[in-house]
Amino acid sequence: MTLIGQRIPKLDAADKATGRSRYIQDLRLPGLLEARVLRSTVPHGRIVSVDVSRAREAPGVFAVLASQDIPPKRYGYAKDTTALKGDRVRRIGDEIAAVAAVDADAAAEALDLIRFEIEPLPAVFDPERTLDPGAPLVHEDRGSNLVRTHDYAHGRVEEGFARAAHVVEGTFRLPAQAHGCLGPAGAVAEWDARGRLTLHDPTQIPFLIQRDLADTLGIPPSDLRIIQPTIAGGFGARLDLYPHEIISALLARAAGRPVRLAMDREEDFATDPVRPRTVVRMRTAAAADGALLAREADVIVDCGAYVSWGAVTPIVMMHTMGSFYRVPHVKYRARTVYTNTAPTGAFRGFGNPEITFAIESQMDELAARIGIDPVEMRLRNANQPGEVTPQGSRITSCGMKECLEAVRERMPPPGTRPPGGRPLLRAAGENLVASATQTETESPSSPAICPAGRIEGTEPARSPLRRGIGVAAVFHVGGGARIYRSDGCGAMVKIDDFGKATVVVGATDIGQGMETVAAQMAAEELGVPLEAVRIAPADTDVRPWDVGVHASRTTFIAGNAVRAAAKDAKRQIEAARTALGLPPDTPYDKVVRSEHFRDQGSLVIGRAYFDPPNAMVDAENKGNVSAAYVFGAHAAEVEVDVETGQVRVLRVVAAHDVGRAINPMYVEGQIEGGVMQGIGYALLEEVILREGGMSNPNFLDYRMPGPQDMPSIETVIVETNDPSGPFGAKGIGEPPLVPVAAAIANAVANATGVRLRELPMTPERVWRALRAWADVEAPGEICGKE
Amino acid sequence: MSEIRITVNGRRFRVRVPPMKRLLDVLREDCGLTGAKEGCGEGECGACTVLLDGEAVNSCLVPALQANGRKITTIEGLARGKRLSRLQAAFLSAGATQCGICTPGMLLMAEALARGRTGGRAIDWREGLAGNLCRCTGYTKILEAVKEV
Repeated sequence: MTLIGQRIPKLDAADKATGRSRYIQDLRLPGLLEARVLRSTVPHGRIVSVDVSRAREAPGVFAVLASQDIPPKRYGYAKDTTALKGDRVRRIGDEIAAVAAVDADAAAEALDLIRFEIEPLPAVFDPERTLDPGAPLVHEDRGSNLVRTHDYAHGRVEEGFARAAHVVEGTFRLPAQAHGCLGPAGAVAEWDARGRLTLHDPTQIPFLIQRDLADTLGIPPSDLRIIQPTIAGGFGARLDLYPHEIISALLARAAGRPVRLAMDREEDFATDPVRPRTVVRMRTAAAADGALLAREADVIVDCGAYVSWGAVTPIVMMHTMGSFYRVPHVKYRARTVYTNTAPTGAFRGFGNPEITFAIESQMDELAARIGIDPVEMRLRNANQPGEVTPQGSRITSCGMKECLEAVRERMPPPGTRPPGGRPLLRAAGENLVASATQTETESPSSPAICPAGRIEGTEPARSPLRRGIGVAAVFHVGGGARIYRSDGCGAMVKIDDFGKATVVVGATDIGQGMETVAAQMAAEELGVPLEAVRIAPADTDVRPWDVGVHASRTTFIAGNAVRAAAKDAKRQIEAARTALGLPPDTPYDKVVRSEHFRDQGSLVIGRAYFDPPNAMVDAENKGNVSAAYVFGAHAAEVEVDVETGQVRVLRVVAAHDVGRAINPMYVEGQIEGGVMQGIGYALLEEVILREGGMSNPNFLDYRMPGPQDMPSIETVIVETNDPSGPFGAKGIGEPPLVPVAAAIANAVANATGVRLRELPMTPERVWRALRAWADVEAPGEICGKE
Repeated sequence: MSEIRITVNGRRFRVRVPPMKRLLDVLREDCGLTGAKEGCGEGECGACTVLLDGEAVNSCLVPALQANGRKITTIEGLARGKRLSRLQAAFLSAGATQCGICTPGMLLMAEALARGRTGGRAIDWREGLAGNLCRCTGYTKILEAVKEV
């Protein structure tokens, strides 16, 4: 093997570094119109009238559409909305009308000429209040704001709690996190004279859009062609069919010209399918020796006004509940609910960061109660290779233990002095994490409670800075995830007359490097240099089916498909060589030419389809949804200013079992990027709602981490060579984000003795928690300066 | 409409545009240079960074009038033919591009910082690049790349 495991720059890196890559905003077409959308400014209301007549007369305007002008076709996961709203608006930002004009200014001016009247209705914004009797109904016809309930259980959870030596309990509140893709959403639609639509769309799901959008437009899916431009960030934001895609197609049809509907930053934020606000009530039980006995959770997930992928996150949480660590008794219930806010969607990790925050916080709380090292606590309960979890996850390769040990080796052991800091613990022999808490569920008399920044027998520290270390682990799918009927991907490998290979693969390169990894695998399998391989363009007319880029599935699924297609091509080459009586070292170009220039000749095109051996969950929500699982562990070192509540992350060690790193440079890239988004989730990022609308829709007020916020990140790649992965590889897209917030919260608890259960851990929240703790436990101790 | 004369990547342009048209739009629409990207339009993300007389600016905040008679370098002007600049080459070998939308602005900001280095003074890259957001890489590979140069 020569190309597998190499640090090879991405095939498109030079185009990206020279400004050649074309994103949706860069597309230029003759006659291209620009579109704008009129949006609701009230969170809930009855549309009394919409008058677009003056807008239609405005200069430069080619098409104006309101709901009466479009097919009344409902779409979406629950078929609960239309692209332009007819009778009701259900959130700020709901689409009421749209204009296509010669340029964006003309479109915006026409938008101002649309007269409309909306009669406001009572609205509900809080997912914890939306099921209350008498709460306003988001969809009156449904009679309830409950979307659905997910239940899962194995073992007998009450028995587990009854036998427990230690039980911890708490409520964890997770914020809406926006994707913040640096390129805002947009699409360009053009129809040909025969009624066929080409949609240029940086979507993550070209083949699902083909079906869903065609249905919405009332055309056969085969009359819809999706071309993906370079994608300016996705992370789950482009995983569904959205109103802007439908509206651009409808406007282009009405105008008879190509139309671009591109959002500005504020609009992108306001319509972003955010990670849903989630509330997790959890309790966990352990035996005196640290073995987990039972875990129970009651979860509420905000869907927003319409059902999209946010409503599916309970399924991923359920797998983590049922399979992360060996827990004999588990019970889980999640309710997804409507509110008058933007529809929530998929965001890297898809529910797993939410539930893992609760699970891993409680692992530390239990470790402190029991008096064992938090890494030891996790090792004691770690998943094992070859294990089949009670939920039915068949674990093949498993590097959980190796990951935990890797972070333990690289962070200071319990009780030692971090560089420039003070001792982590007040007394020798104490454990790494000393956990105290302001909540009533944990006994204040617990011996483990101690403010770690205070050192027994010494003066209270004068410096307001406290350092701490926290760890957290992750369990995630890494071999596909069967949440659709198909989890497959097709691939073809064409060997041309010049001995070069073209790989045609259904998977989507979202910036993570899919095309480079596919080229590496094809070149490796064919035994040709990387330069002899090219990737066919992202066009549904050319590429075979793939379910989309999500669930950390692409390297595993598309990799297996590409590898098999390359094998097929190589087999054809070898068969032709033999049939033609050519010597075994005849180069590919000569074999291909000899083969197809002969009488009754043929071409060399390898093909394959890979659909992994996994299953959808059964009626009891059990089943092996993935063909492989991935594991990881993070350690974070933080510094907390107890006077201001400011938390700084000083250092992160992130170890991940990736099966096999096909291109370690971009495996590290996934880990480092995931850690960054996890730090944002932990400390900075929160969609703040005012009357249901986002009140911070810009990069100043919605703070994503910048280079100055980032600690040094040490990545550790653990290779376990999965038996069913291509060259042993498993997925790595999502896992690096998942444990970050828990590791940081555990480090904050280690540093200050105070446990935060609400994200993001802003200075204000940390300060308030410190104050609440200090008022009860040690008046004048932590904030003694006042 | 005003007549604006600018030199972009060594080539002279004369365009007739509204005087307050954003330099970003002049470059993208009137000069056909789409390498400068609009991430926010408010000077918060740095994706539209170009060099104006050698100084890094957010081109979404610069009116065309202000660029009149001045020299501009965009991402399209960093390489000499097929030969990448040292920073561009470093971005490739470090794996510093993922989705790539921040890359042009990031490279031009880094270029300005590297050119502005005086004596043997070390550059505080984290601080220097603080106005350029990246949502993919976590900045680690970008910082690795710029430190090579």
